[in-house]
Amino acid sequence: MAKIRGAIVVDTVTCKGCSLCVEACPTDVIRLADEVNGKGYNFAYMFNPEACIGCANCAMVCPDSCITVYKMKVEETV
Amino acid sequence: MAIDIKDIIKPENLVYSKSSLLTNRPMHYCPGCSHGVVNKIIAEVIEELGIQEDVIGVAPVGCSVLMYNYIEVDWHEAAHGRAPAVGTGIKRLLPEKYVFTYQGDGDCAAIGTAETIHACNRGENIVMVFINNGIYGMTGGQMAPTTLQGMKASTCPFGRDVQRDGNPLKMTDIVATLPGTCYVTRQAVHTAAAVRKTKKAIIKAFENQKNKKGTSFVEVVSTCNSGWKMTPMESNKWMEANMFPFYPLGDLKNE
Repeated sequence: MAKIRGAIVVDTVTCKGCSLCVEACPTDVIRLADEVNGKGYNFAYMFNPEACIGCANCAMVCPDSCITVYKMKVEETV
Repeated sequence: MAIDIKDIIKPENLVYSKSSLLTNRPMHYCPGCSHGVVNKIIAEVIEELGIQEDVIGVAPVGCSVLMYNYIEVDWHEAAHGRAPAVGTGIKRLLPEKYVFTYQGDGDCAAIGTAETIHACNRGENIVMVFINNGIYGMTGGQMAPTTLQGMKASTCPFGRDVQRDGNPLKMTDIVATLPGTCYVTRQAVHTAAAVRKTKKAIIKAFENQKNKKGTSFVEVVSTCNSGWKMTPMESNKWMEANMFPFYPLGDLKNE
């Protein structure tokens, strides 16, 4: 069965750590990092990358447009 | 079979990226501010319609005063509240251009009430985007005409008292009654679904301008988490619980 796998790339330099993407993610993929970026914000990162479905909800609500979303179909082989 | 993240992150798998119309300059808005989302939506709409060369934006006074730094179209700055008047002048001189104004509630519903109402009443063929967060965000969270009854602001720390301060103003409902407007809607950007709806509304507004139908007025109910003294997530929840009952979402006029 084909499965959808997604991935996001966060621009950690411009991320302001508002955590709106954390709330918008339906599969609980994103969390805020413990470390901070140059401005002192805890930037977002993929905490649970296997669960990402590439729905782009996080990128839609991101006020700073710092999320890029990728998605591909994966044929599962057991 | 384990798939490496690097296999997914390839140009052919790209589904969503930053609009090419947005500059690389980091936005000066506070973390979680709705302005950033609406700026992004406008950039995406202009890019999708392919009208970058023909758009002139009129920026207001308020938090979005520096909006010309972020979207790669032609801009004109207006005096406080006068964006619809400036937009009128631009549209009359250059009728083939797409003109949009972008204003906050202090700009559109307080100092610029007359300009807003008269531009809508004349039916100027422009798009007006109105960001309503119920507060004067840039100057430190003072009470605005749109501040809700009982809502706390820095100039009404015990909440807005209708006896003393008057009733909150529903600018969108007022302009919906005017014959010059063709499309009046109220949207929000707190969830991905709401962002998609707002984008559709702004696309429709620009198409109305192309078809010379009259003024399109798009209100976006927004948050100001710095002014409201909440986190971005708390302010989204507060907006759903308090702003939406008084400012219900949906189309008020669609002709």
